[in-house]
Amino acid sequence: MRLKLIPDDTKFDFFKASKIWLGISAFLIVLALVSVSIRGLNFGIDFRGGTTIRTESAQPVDIAGYRDAVAALDLGDVTITEIFDPTFRPDQNVAMIRIQAQDDTEAVSQDLINAVEGALQAAVPDIKFVSVESVGPKVSGELIKTAAIAVVLAIAAVLVYIWLRFEWQFAVGAVVALIHDVALTIGIFSEVGIRFDLAIIAALLTIVGYSLNDTVVVFDRVRENLRKYKQMPLKDVLNLSINETLSRTLMTSGTTLIALIALLVLGGDVIRGFVFAMTWGVIVGTYSSIFVASALLLRLGVKRDWTKSGPKNTGNKFADIDA
Amino acid sequence: MLQIELWKKVAIWLVVVAGLLLALPNAFYNRVETYNDSVAATGEGEGWPSFLPSNLVNLGLDLRGGAHLLAEVRVQDVYATRMQSMWPEIRDRLRDARAEVGTIRLQDSSDPSVLQIRIGEAGGVDRAVQLIEELARPVTSLTGAGATDITVSAQGDVITVQLSEAEKLATDDRTVRQSLEIIRRRIDEVGTREPTIQRQGTDRILIQVPGVGSAAELKDIIGTTAQLTFQPVISRTSSADTAPGAGNEVLPSLDEQGVYYVLETAPVVSGEELVDAQPSFDQNGRPAVSFRFNTSGARKFGDYTANNIGNPFAIVLDGEVISAPVIQSHIPGGSGIITGNFSVEESTNLAVLLRAGALPAGLDFLEERTIGPELGADSIEAGKIATTVAFIAVLVFMVASYGLFGIFANIALMANVVLIFGLLSLLGATLTLPGIAGIVLTIGMAVDANVLVFERIREELKTAKGPARAIQLGYEKALSAIIDANITTFITAVILYAVGSGPVRGFAITLGLGILTSVFTAIYLTRLLIVIWFQRRRPKTLEV
Repeated sequence: MRLKLIPDDTKFDFFKASKIWLGISAFLIVLALVSVSIRGLNFGIDFRGGTTIRTESAQPVDIAGYRDAVAALDLGDVTITEIFDPTFRPDQNVAMIRIQAQDDTEAVSQDLINAVEGALQAAVPDIKFVSVESVGPKVSGELIKTAAIAVVLAIAAVLVYIWLRFEWQFAVGAVVALIHDVALTIGIFSEVGIRFDLAIIAALLTIVGYSLNDTVVVFDRVRENLRKYKQMPLKDVLNLSINETLSRTLMTSGTTLIALIALLVLGGDVIRGFVFAMTWGVIVGTYSSIFVASALLLRLGVKRDWTKSGPKNTGNKFADIDA
Repeated sequence: MLQIELWKKVAIWLVVVAGLLLALPNAFYNRVETYNDSVAATGEGEGWPSFLPSNLVNLGLDLRGGAHLLAEVRVQDVYATRMQSMWPEIRDRLRDARAEVGTIRLQDSSDPSVLQIRIGEAGGVDRAVQLIEELARPVTSLTGAGATDITVSAQGDVITVQLSEAEKLATDDRTVRQSLEIIRRRIDEVGTREPTIQRQGTDRILIQVPGVGSAAELKDIIGTTAQLTFQPVISRTSSADTAPGAGNEVLPSLDEQGVYYVLETAPVVSGEELVDAQPSFDQNGRPAVSFRFNTSGARKFGDYTANNIGNPFAIVLDGEVISAPVIQSHIPGGSGIITGNFSVEESTNLAVLLRAGALPAGLDFLEERTIGPELGADSIEAGKIATTVAFIAVLVFMVASYGLFGIFANIALMANVVLIFGLLSLLGATLTLPGIAGIVLTIGMAVDANVLVFERIREELKTAKGPARAIQLGYEKALSAIIDANITTFITAVILYAVGSGPVRGFAITLGLGILTSVFTAIYLTRLLIVIWFQRRRPKTLEV
């Protein structure tokens, strides 16, 4: 007996409530933007500058104790969080200390790190500093810029590619779906307050790639069916295409999600934010290729004659008869 | 109908076997690493057959632990040195034309890379400018062809001399390249394995050293300029504000608090003329550094010591006086010993720095990261478990969904992972933690191409005439979707690689390679397996 995620022949009407779905998506995008503008993003040091120190100790993490130890150094904004993870050993107590960029120093100060490490060592004798990372304000500014450029470039590149391979209506549908996915991902990061660093940008771009992958597979079938059923209304062609590719869409999303969830649970805390972004992106991306990209395509309409193109064909048939 | 030409079959199997051989060393990582080290050191090694490939996937700093530094070279430092060294030349030249230009005086300038000269006869200013311009040399760079290295301008009786923009660009480039070379020499002297030292942008240098305890230790080695000079001592004082007088400077003592020396600015000999420096011990058994000059340095040093017996001279490192011994006798051989309050470690480091040479300019550290090896090991462990679980789950899922064809897809999937590792080893690419995530994602996505084909075959079975035709049509019709979908993802991987750095770049590499290998395995390998099976069995019906 085969595992079947869906029956063989589905005839769902994906556009029955397409206004509602588009409305929900638009609302969620607005919500994401509002959240980002009000709550902001929990930028990591890659983007904000500053220092993070990851500590490990056999003693339980005493955040107040850590805070007292470094308070004397007068470093401004210091965040101390304890990290929990199922992959840790029982005597592995991990904390993350984040120190804001010290205003006047362009370069990273070794004295500062030494002072913090010394103070913590005095408070917790067996503490180990398993990673220390510092980014100066100069670099972090540039990193934000290049990251934004990367995302915009990626979206622009696929816009052009799909435009070349399909029609502009397809490209618009796909790109709006991408922006939808990126916006919702950034939104959830803002809402949940997960640290947003350089790796998340990589995740965003992967989401762009994945969501596109999904959209393109549906569009490819739409293109094929448009040629096959020249008289069928666009809405029915779209519905047919989505239904035909539905089983593949769910299989691929299913396998990818299985792999990602394994990584999410077992991959350790260092890449959890990154994997979370991708998992979320796969879900949102699968949704958007049907309910955003295709729904938009339906509204934008599409050129129906795929067999021949060029000005010759646009002439009316009387002209043909005369000749 | 379902024919694959023989040469294609052979080529497909060859690629898979080559991937397997290239990936094999990674299964014995430690053993092969030891083998490679001993080959590098002695030319031969044990524990690994020499006919097998021995390239390994580089583990990124986040997996192996190590130090990462991004340094910016203070290229402007060099402008000042250049202009200061020009002053004597300009002075002598103007002095010769004293009748026309009058007295010559160097103005105090807030910017040391600009010389401001006031002359006595305002009427002779054009002549003075002309004389100085004759000192200009053509810029030695491709872009600066035709330009000269200084610009001279006059305002009233004050003449301003500074480096031209073209010369500044050429100097910047030279400075960064020299710094890169010296950093590389210093790190090689310490003998760590596989450091990455790269230029980034116009004036930055990225240094990654696996295994070094911390970025702080790395900074000790590369952060100091290590400009060593031997300068005559005028006097010793206790105030930094002592007026040094023309041609002299006041420098603090390295380890005596509140002690300052007034020194002649022009050094007798400098570190550039050292040919060797070794850590050693003085007569009292304290750590010291012994050094030897080249011939010209030895002669200058010998002449100076012969003429100044009984006078002190200062050994100055990066603007601080290490020690100021009194010259006891003529030192002819050009070798000597530097004593100071060193620990053994400090004297060893100093010797390394002196041997490798001084940095032409100071470094600012913009970014530094230290990853402990334990954290890296934990990450690898977690990554291994997660990858294995993901892999098995996907395998089971595929067999449950597609039966026999699922098994074919799984064989292709395993070949896919092997090929990724083979390619990573071949390219010497770096595997980072996000890179592992990239592989896991590829496992998930690699089945996509197979799924596309299988679903298509299922559809074609409903309409087409017979299983062979369905398989063929399935592959033909799924191809455009596979290509379009993968090219778009590949585009994002390329952009990530171009724009990203460090771990992100590692992710882009595995994602990009993963797309290539997954398309290959899905289009060629799975198809080959299906064709072989089909030709053996000749089934009348097909169950996908």
